[in-house]
Amino acid sequence: MGNRAQILIVGTIFLGLALVPLFAELTQTPFYLDLARRMMILAIGALSLNLIMGYGGLISFGHAAYIGIGAYTVGICAEHELVSGFIQWPLAILVSGVFAIIFGLISLRTRGVYFIMITLALAQMMYFLGVSLDRYGGDDGLPLIERSNFGALVDISNNVTLYFIVLGALVLSLFFCKRLINSRFGMVLQGTRSNETRMKTIGFPTLRYQLTAFVIAGMMAGFAGALLANHTDFINPDMMHWTRSGDLIIMVLLGGMGSLAGPVVGALAFILLEELLSGVTEYWQLIFGPFLILVVLFARGGLLGFFADKEQRDG
Amino acid sequence: MAEIVLQVSDLCKSFGGVLATDHLDLGVERGSIHAVIGPNGAGKTTLINQLSGLLTSDGGKIQFNRNDITKLSAPIRAKMGLARTFQITSVFGEFTALENVSLAVQAHDGHSFKLWHDARRDKALTGPALEALTIVGLEKRQSIKASLMSHGERRQLEIAMALATKPKMLLLDEPMAGMGPEESNRMVSILSELKGTVTILLIEHDMGAVFSLADKITVLVYGGEIATGTPDQIRANPEVRSAYLGDEDFES
Ligand SMILES: Nc1ncnc2c1ncn2[C@@H]1O[C@H](COP(=O)(O)OP(=O)(O)O)[C@@H](O)[C@H]1O
Ligand SMILES: [Mg+2]
Repeated sequence: MGNRAQILIVGTIFLGLALVPLFAELTQTPFYLDLARRMMILAIGALSLNLIMGYGGLISFGHAAYIGIGAYTVGICAEHELVSGFIQWPLAILVSGVFAIIFGLISLRTRGVYFIMITLALAQMMYFLGVSLDRYGGDDGLPLIERSNFGALVDISNNVTLYFIVLGALVLSLFFCKRLINSRFGMVLQGTRSNETRMKTIGFPTLRYQLTAFVIAGMMAGFAGALLANHTDFINPDMMHWTRSGDLIIMVLLGGMGSLAGPVVGALAFILLEELLSGVTEYWQLIFGPFLILVVLFARGGLLGFFADKEQRDG
Repeated sequence: MAEIVLQVSDLCKSFGGVLATDHLDLGVERGSIHAVIGPNGAGKTTLINQLSGLLTSDGGKIQFNRNDITKLSAPIRAKMGLARTFQITSVFGEFTALENVSLAVQAHDGHSFKLWHDARRDKALTGPALEALTIVGLEKRQSIKASLMSHGERRQLEIAMALATKPKMLLLDEPMAGMGPEESNRMVSILSELKGTVTILLIEHDMGAVFSLADKITVLVYGGEIATGTPDQIRANPEVRSAYLGDEDFES
């Protein structure tokens, strides 16, 4: 990260996150542990969306589908007594990746509004597929009887342990994104966002790089889904509903599109505001909506860019 | 006779009723600067789009180094050594000058699925990129964002990007468009430096530049060729005079 203010903000956030379990323990409020864990899992989802949306310029309105696919992979494995996390988690990533290849090949034939509509339609298809899976709970959802089992290595049935696993996963995801964005591949992705025609005429077959980014983002979201299944101990089709995809887009916009840590800030702010405002009024979106518009209009770099006082492209 | 690098035969393109390229034949010799001139709307940009693969042709054939490239995609043509610039400056505004050119180097060296190592610290990219920037005289401006550069600098940057792909041939679409006299002179000297090392198809409205740089000139009107020859032949051609060139252009 090039900007000191950003490092400071992000560092403070992670320090705060690391202290949440202690705070929850001391104040006997496991609710905060749960809330912060959900924030971090969605932050991984938002980070993955930012790869294609912020750095690739591809606005996917169906990114929650991959979170759902990852979660269902874990749930369905558990349902068939395949409880090893060493199998479940890589499988969740792999299955999401396969879906991302297929959906990417279909949706990347288009750009702009059409791309948004096709990703939305494909994700809704997955939502209805989830609803129709009677064997796996259908509409009602699928309880996860047992969390992913990592044998003697680590026991994530303990809530605090799972919390730190999620925290570690978020740090790793952030680091992975940083490397990816600044790599040769990341430069191609950003160049294509900026001017696809120019990229083609200097010799880049742009589609294959966009597809690769789309698949990497899908796999990362699938990983977030595997975490989410363990977090909620429950998988349901709502995870894939288009409004969930919309939430992810809002998190990215709110935190700062195309800045490395922006989506983390966005996810945290989103969940926090949702929690605070919905405590005040049932119609919390009436307050949240205008707030979002203000952020998008007046803080072009999102919240992170605003507080760090300088838009950062390469994080 | 020198070897032909680019051979266009019977090339056609129309937009609705407008014939933008009308059964065009054109041969460009290795190492030469071949200028294509003509009034606005003559089809010059369309020709470059067809040559670089951004537009598919309705008919005819394009051969580059004896390979038929008529049906190949733009990235493949670029990889074969056919580089271009745009009439409307086309650089990556949010990248620095060095990053812009590094990206072009990367396109040529063929390793873009490296997902881990910092591209900005990759000497294999920044080294050749700096060389290309030096050729156009922008080495001191390497860390300036392209969007903050002057118009003239961005046109030079575009040439550097094209050069960084190690092209066998350059297609330049009005490289001096919108430039002041000083910047134009600088561009003329850049192009004359390049002359001989790379084949150039030059589209340009600045007749002074065209007549001083070109080995051969083709005059295009309504998508069709009306004359091809040396600058002296073109200058003396009465058909060209009446069809396109105002007399004052010849004095320059
Ligand atoms: N994409 C397009 N769609 C429709 N007509 C076009 C398009 N591009 C160019 N033309 C038409 O083709 C003709 C040649 O245009 P162009 O190649 O831009 O000319 P020049 O570069 O010589 O000024 C013009 O009549 C122009 O209006
Ligand atoms: Mg033109």
